[in-house]
Amino acid sequence: MTWTHKNLLGLEGLSREEITFILDTAERFHEVLDRPIPLVPALRGKTILNMFYEPSTRTATSFAMAAKRLSADVVGFSKASSSVKKGETLLDTVRTIESMRVDGVVIRHSCPGAARFIAQRIDAFVINAGDGAHEHPTQGLLDLSAARKRLESFEGRHLVVVGDITHSRVARSAIYGFSTMGAEITVCGPATLIPPHFKKAFPNVGIETDFDRLLADADMIMMLRLQLERQGKGLFPSIREYRKLYCLTAERIKKAKPDVVVMHPGPMNRGIEIEPAVADGPNSVVLAQVRAGVAVRMAVLYILAGGELEH
Amino acid sequence: MPERQLADAVEINRMITRIATQIIERNKGSENLALVGIVRRGDALAKRLAAEIKRLEGRDVPVGAIDITLYRDDLQLAAEMPIVQATSIPFDVTGKIIVLVDDVLYTGRTVRAALTEILDFGRPKIIQLAVLVDRIHRELPIGADFTGRKIPASTSEIVDVFLEETDEREGIFIKKKEPEEG
Repeated sequence: MTWTHKNLLGLEGLSREEITFILDTAERFHEVLDRPIPLVPALRGKTILNMFYEPSTRTATSFAMAAKRLSADVVGFSKASSSVKKGETLLDTVRTIESMRVDGVVIRHSCPGAARFIAQRIDAFVINAGDGAHEHPTQGLLDLSAARKRLESFEGRHLVVVGDITHSRVARSAIYGFSTMGAEITVCGPATLIPPHFKKAFPNVGIETDFDRLLADADMIMMLRLQLERQGKGLFPSIREYRKLYCLTAERIKKAKPDVVVMHPGPMNRGIEIEPAVADGPNSVVLAQVRAGVAVRMAVLYILAGGELEH
Repeated sequence: MPERQLADAVEINRMITRIATQIIERNKGSENLALVGIVRRGDALAKRLAAEIKRLEGRDVPVGAIDITLYRDDLQLAAEMPIVQATSIPFDVTGKIIVLVDDVLYTGRTVRAALTEILDFGRPKIIQLAVLVDRIHRELPIGADFTGRKIPASTSEIVDVFLEETDEREGIFIKKKEPEEG
C-alpha cells in the first residue's frame, strides 16, 4: 500500500486499511524480536529524538528500544535535564535540535496538540507519544495488536473502557482505533470522570455508570489507571468507593464471558482498578501489550522513516 | 512489448534436478546442509530443491525463508511501502552449510542483504548461492555457486521467473522495460 502520512499524531482519521497495515507490519517485528540477535539495519543512519516533557518509563523505554532494534541512533532528553528548565520554549527547543538534523521526533507533552504544533513546523516526522488528554496513538495500536492475538476480528465485538475517561488519552486513542476496526464501544466510570460533552463528541460510543451491567456482554475490557493524584479534587468520593464500584475483581470477571480480553495500559494500581488475580490471570493480555508496544513502535518508525511522504 | 518465453516448467524442473545434484556433489552428500530461500520465489525454489535432495539422498534437509526488506539499502527509493514478509529460520545456522536460494541474481544487492541477515542468525560454516537465472550485470562482487541458466539480458530488459506456487503459471520470460520507468 502507499502510505501518505508524514506523522502519527493520533488514530483519529486513520483508515482501517492503514491501521491494519501497521498491525501487520508489527507482526513481522515480533519475529525480529525473537531472533538470537534482535536487530535489523532498516533505519541505519537515521536519528530519532525522544522528547519527554512528562515523566514516562515504559513509553520512553519502549520507543528507545524500538528505534535501537531498527539500528537507528536515539538521542533523548527529559524535561528535568534540559534547557526546558531554563525557560526555553517548545518551538525553540525543537528548532535547536532539528538544526542538528534528526529524522524523527517522538514527543510526549502535557499540552493537547503539542505534537501537531511541532509537526507543522519541522521537516522531521513526528510521533505523538501522548499529548495531554488528547491521544496516545501507539498505545491504541499496541492495545489493538495485543487484543488481535486473542480475537480474530474486531467487527461487532464489544469493548468496555473503564475508569477516568475525562483525563485519558489512552481511552481516546482506543475509541478511535477500535471503532475504526469495527468494534462497538462503551465507556464506563463515575459520571464525574466522563466529560459532559462526551455524547456529542462520540455519538456512537455508549456511556454507562454501572460497570456490573456491562460485564456479561463485553468481549474486551480495558481498565484505565486511576490517577491517584486526582483524588481529593472532588471527582470521586473515595478510593474505597471507586474500588467497590469499578475495580475489576475476580468476582466480576466470573460474570464476564470466559474468553473476555482484559487490558490495562499500565502502570497498574493493583487492588484499586484491577485485582492482582485478574491482572495476572488467563484473561489478561497486559504483558502481551508491553511486548506489542516495542513491535508496534518499530512498525511506526519503520513506516514513517521509509514511506512515500506527502508534502 | 510482448514477452518472450525462455524456459517452460519442464525445463525449470530439469534445472532444479541438476542444481540439487550439483549441491550434493559439491558438498559430498547432504549432511549438515540447510537451504534458505529468499521470499517469495526463492522460498518456493528452496522447497523444491529440498524435495529433490530428499529424493536423491533420502534425507530431509531443513528449509528456512528470509525476507530481506529490513536489510535493503534503498528504503528511501521504494515508491510503495514493501510489506515485510516473514523471516523464518527454524534451525540453528551456526556450523551449517547454508545454500541460499533465489530466482534471479542481478545486481547482487538482494544477496548482499540476505548474507548480512543470515549472519545475524549465527555463524554458518559455508554459505553457497543457488539461483535459477544469472543476469550477469553485477554491482557487487558476488557470484553464484549453482546456476540454472545464464541470461545476459540488457539492463533495458526485464527477466521474470514465474512459479506455480507464487504466480499460477510457470516459466522464465523476458520483455522490454516500459519506457516511463526509471
